[in-house]
Amino acid sequence: MPTRAAVALVATAVAVVLLFSFKTPAQARPRTPSADVAQATPTPIALPSDSPATTATPTPTPSGPTYKDGQFTGQDVLTRFGDVQVKVTITGGRIANVQGVQLPYDRQRSAEISQYAAPLLHDEVLQAQTAQVDSLSGATYTSDAYAQSVQAALDQAHA
Amino acid sequence: MPDRIAPPAARTAAPRRIRVERLMGTVFSIDLRDSAVDDEFVDQAFRWLHEVDARFSPFKEASEITRLGRGTVTVEDCHPDVASVLALCEDLRGQTGGVFNAWRSRRDGRLDPSGVVKGWAVDRVARILERAGARNFCINAGGDVLARGEPFPGAPWRIGIRNPDDAETLAAVIQVTNLAVATSGSYERGAHIVDARTGRVPDDLRSLTVVGPSMTRADAYATVGFAMGLQGISWVASLPGYTTFAVTSDGRARYSDAFATLLA
Repeated sequence: MPTRAAVALVATAVAVVLLFSFKTPAQARPRTPSADVAQATPTPIALPSDSPATTATPTPTPSGPTYKDGQFTGQDVLTRFGDVQVKVTITGGRIANVQGVQLPYDRQRSAEISQYAAPLLHDEVLQAQTAQVDSLSGATYTSDAYAQSVQAALDQAHA
Repeated sequence: MPDRIAPPAARTAAPRRIRVERLMGTVFSIDLRDSAVDDEFVDQAFRWLHEVDARFSPFKEASEITRLGRGTVTVEDCHPDVASVLALCEDLRGQTGGVFNAWRSRRDGRLDPSGVVKGWAVDRVARILERAGARNFCINAGGDVLARGEPFPGAPWRIGIRNPDDAETLAAVIQVTNLAVATSGSYERGAHIVDARTGRVPDDLRSLTVVGPSMTRADAYATVGFAMGLQGISWVASLPGYTTFAVTSDGRARYSDAFATLLA
């Protein structure tokens, strides 16, 4: 399991263009017909511009190209939600983590509690690569819904 | 069966026993990793949970809660756990300025402490298992998760937080040990959560997850935080020891700083 501490920092970064959008996947948004959703388009974040090569990948997939291990911080990108900058950790050629370095600040809350408003970056990463989990948290399902749930599959897989 | 979310394959060699039972209108799973603990204690835990279900259900005509709500019995007539749970409800009503109110959480006005009973019961089950010597287990109560110890030596529990818009994908994965994870949302059972002060049904969040030491409180805070809408995110983040992750109606994730440290 990759840990941040174990990830080597690589100075000569191979640029990776990480595409992400400011919403959950399109098929996942049928219930909230908001203007926000319709206009959201993938926003490319270019990683260090002095890097030698650029590989554009529409969606990272398990069988897709592998990346050079290391941590890469993207350029600051001004979005309609504010400044966004992300750090991508690559381990074993795969995206291991995506962290917000600079994300829009919520001015409503008190100064001592910092809080990010981030796109669902993890969602996309997790869909691209099998997410291995022990248990699932979600809104309470009914007994009947459990039978169809991922938790039921996990329980059976473990038993 | 979804192919994207899977149990950790590398860990299948670890000893584990999983028991699954229907309770409280949902399903409870206990995943016990301590091979030295006898199955009898898991049986005992489930027997106790069925008693709690019978006692506290607002949907069962004969339950103590139903009769208490109708005024046909007093708190003194009921099992001592009823007084404990109602005290907890009062505590939360005060702490939330009335957003959580067991007497006004339902449109029909029936007494319904369900917002705390499930979490409270999970914490009690953890104590039953710990008295039996268990140190490493994970309880899943219809999507509320209490993880103790480790699934195998040196590894934290990996808990997925469901994408509210797609049951087969995740919004996040966190790594926890000795923490409870509760999520509220309207995507499973419809708009059943209301702000008890106003009767308003929240619509600016798709889901809100709370992580913290107590399942009782994580569960209650998730319910309250969700009912508060966007303000609930800041409210939970201000509670000592508790962190939060929310998916807003416009499809963004918002989370507290402390939550970010749990992300896998």
